Amino acid sequence: MLLEVDNLHVSVAGTPILKGLSLRVGPGEVHAIMGPNGSGKSTLAHVLAGREGFEVTAGTIRFRGRDLLAMSPEERAREGVFLGFQYPVEIPGVNNIYLLRAALNAQRKHHGQPEIDALQFMRVVKEKARLMQLGEQFMSRGVNEGFSGGEKKRNEIFQMTILEPALAVLDETDSGLDIDALKVVAQGVNSLRDGKRGFVLVTHYQRLLAHIEPDFVHVLAGGRIVRTGDRSLALDLEARGYDWLTAANA
Amino acid sequence: MNNPGTIEDLVGQKYRHGFVTDIESDTIPPGLDEDVIRFISAKKREPAFLLEWRLKSFRHWLTRREPAWAKLHHPPIDYQGISYYSAPRSRGDGPRSIEDVDPKLLETYDKLGIPLHERARLAGVAVDAVFDSVSVTTTFQEKLAKAGVIFCSFSEAVQKHPALVEAYLGSVVPYRDNYFATLNSAVFSDGSFVYVPKGVRCPMELSSYFRINAAKTGQFERTLIIADEGSHVSYLEGCTAPQRDENQLHAAVVELIALRGAEIKYSTVQNWYPGDENGVGGIYNFVTKRGDCRGADSKISWTQVEAGSAITWKYPSCILRGDNSVGEFHSVAVTNHLQQADTGTKMIHIGRNTRSTIISKGISAGRAQQSYRGLVKIFPSAEGARNYTQCDSLLIGKQCGAHTFPYMEIRNPGAVVEHEATTSKISDDQLFYCRQRGLSAEDAVNVIVNGFCKQVFRELPMEFAVEAQNLLNVSLEGAVG
Repeated sequence: MLLEVDNLHVSVAGTPILKGLSLRVGPGEVHAIMGPNGSGKSTLAHVLAGREGFEVTAGTIRFRGRDLLAMSPEERAREGVFLGFQYPVEIPGVNNIYLLRAALNAQRKHHGQPEIDALQFMRVVKEKARLMQLGEQFMSRGVNEGFSGGEKKRNEIFQMTILEPALAVLDETDSGLDIDALKVVAQGVNSLRDGKRGFVLVTHYQRLLAHIEPDFVHVLAGGRIVRTGDRSLALDLEARGYDWLTAANA
Repeated sequence: MNNPGTIEDLVGQKYRHGFVTDIESDTIPPGLDEDVIRFISAKKREPAFLLEWRLKSFRHWLTRREPAWAKLHHPPIDYQGISYYSAPRSRGDGPRSIEDVDPKLLETYDKLGIPLHERARLAGVAVDAVFDSVSVTTTFQEKLAKAGVIFCSFSEAVQKHPALVEAYLGSVVPYRDNYFATLNSAVFSDGSFVYVPKGVRCPMELSSYFRINAAKTGQFERTLIIADEGSHVSYLEGCTAPQRDENQLHAAVVELIALRGAEIKYSTVQNWYPGDENGVGGIYNFVTKRGDCRGADSKISWTQVEAGSAITWKYPSCILRGDNSVGEFHSVAVTNHLQQADTGTKMIHIGRNTRSTIISKGISAGRAQQSYRGLVKIFPSAEGARNYTQCDSLLIGKQCGAHTFPYMEIRNPGAVVEHEATTSKISDDQLFYCRQRGLSAEDAVNVIVNGFCKQVFRELPMEFAVEAQNLLNVSLEGAVG
């Protein structure tokens, strides 16, 4: 099992947000987490990545059998947990590619591998940039500096395709994207589907799922998963909204 | 969950140059009066004009008071508690060849990463090593002499080139200029001297390495660089001092003169001992640096990386006298713990079509306070003058401060003066973003800070850009934990 979340309770500033969430992600599986605003979707994403300010009051998270909660954010990243941010932050003056290379080398060092050769790195970068339809001038800019919303999201997926994580958690990567950008993002995600890698897609709308076929769709409401189904559940939600589920659960 | 990555804790301290060299020194007792000045002057066998100038400075100094306008706080400096001359004991005075230098001194500079033996040295960089009050040795003098370049200690210049010294000393920073410059004019002991003749492009980087070693002493060095018409020179200074609980005074004066079409590039990597995390000890760095673009089409650029010192008070400035002359100031100042820095520049536009650029990057961490203080002055004569100023401050943590005091005096309506300023923080979001990509918290801070400073690091000579970057990383070590 890649990821095992059991009975997870999380509070933010003393307010309980997740109240007994359980989730299992096996190798090669794509899980979509859907739910109304404020249901705790982003909280789940942040807790998986180890963000401060989210207090785990009960429950466990295991990643490939290891206690994920005991690891620092950077250790999780090096072990292969990737978070695609909903709002990627700008880091002025820090070259986009420089950060990416530092990230890749941190991961390689962690696994006892030598640093990546600069030429080989640039080859991979160019190939993946083409896939994500990011121009070359984009490479030399500061991290997310002056990027449009869509460019920021594509940059997240671009980074993911280079870091090749074991588990990718994408937090509302589809929000704010036009249909063309959505397709590019989906293409990036699909290029990494290899039967081993796991995905957790946090999304508000089902339209992303038209391009990335999920194996499971979960509905998060009131801090717990209230319904699990397949792709058809997402279509139901699209047609009927969340009320019928949250009402039933309340 | 504990918070190993909040910015709050990033405050550690590792000063790598804090050792003391155990060497016999001739140090005069603390105190300052005319006899001390006569002693220094006699020790250096100075011509009469110089002793007169020193005494004139001293008498003027007695009438002055310490400036109080800077945003700096420190207990009063006891000027009578300082020894004004300390020299490692050696066979005879005056300039020495490397064979005559005490092995302990060579070892000291080796430890500092500045090997003085020519074979071990950085290729293409000549060094003047100043230890306490005297210059220990100057390397590559012969090679430079072939190009006509004079590079020697100030004392040697006084002996060998008194006419040049007399013509230019105090011509940019007059002895009455300010309290600390006046003090320096009275008691300066050594420093570096450079003369680049007409049309010569200096074949190598020149550098001075200043080291304070003896306790209860001050260092008062004086540097004079003259670039004759159409010449070019790049010069770098580095500074370190032992780790001590007392505060030591460093009051230097640097004067640059660029004649018609000449260019001087002056870079500083200042890493005096900054004091400990509770603000005990550290160097008080009160320095006057000024360049005079005396001829048309000349250019002077200052690049500084200020990481050390308990207190930094310095404003490397340019007087743009010649038509079409250019002044530049690129600065990175880092203050951590209880360090204080009040630093900036003055650009004085007098000639026509004079241009100046000011790029200042201030980084504050811990409980440090930092101010940018700058003056852009455009005289009525400065037709077509332009200035661009950019002042960026980066705060790490919640207890530090950044302040900006930009002054502008524009007396020519045709001048174009631009000023941009930003203040930002290393946010938890930025830190977390980098860590989520696998970087440690410290690496993340280094990456973010270096990105912030990139514009300035680009200006440093290649040999020192890496050193500067590392210095910055060390200075902020532990600032995020």
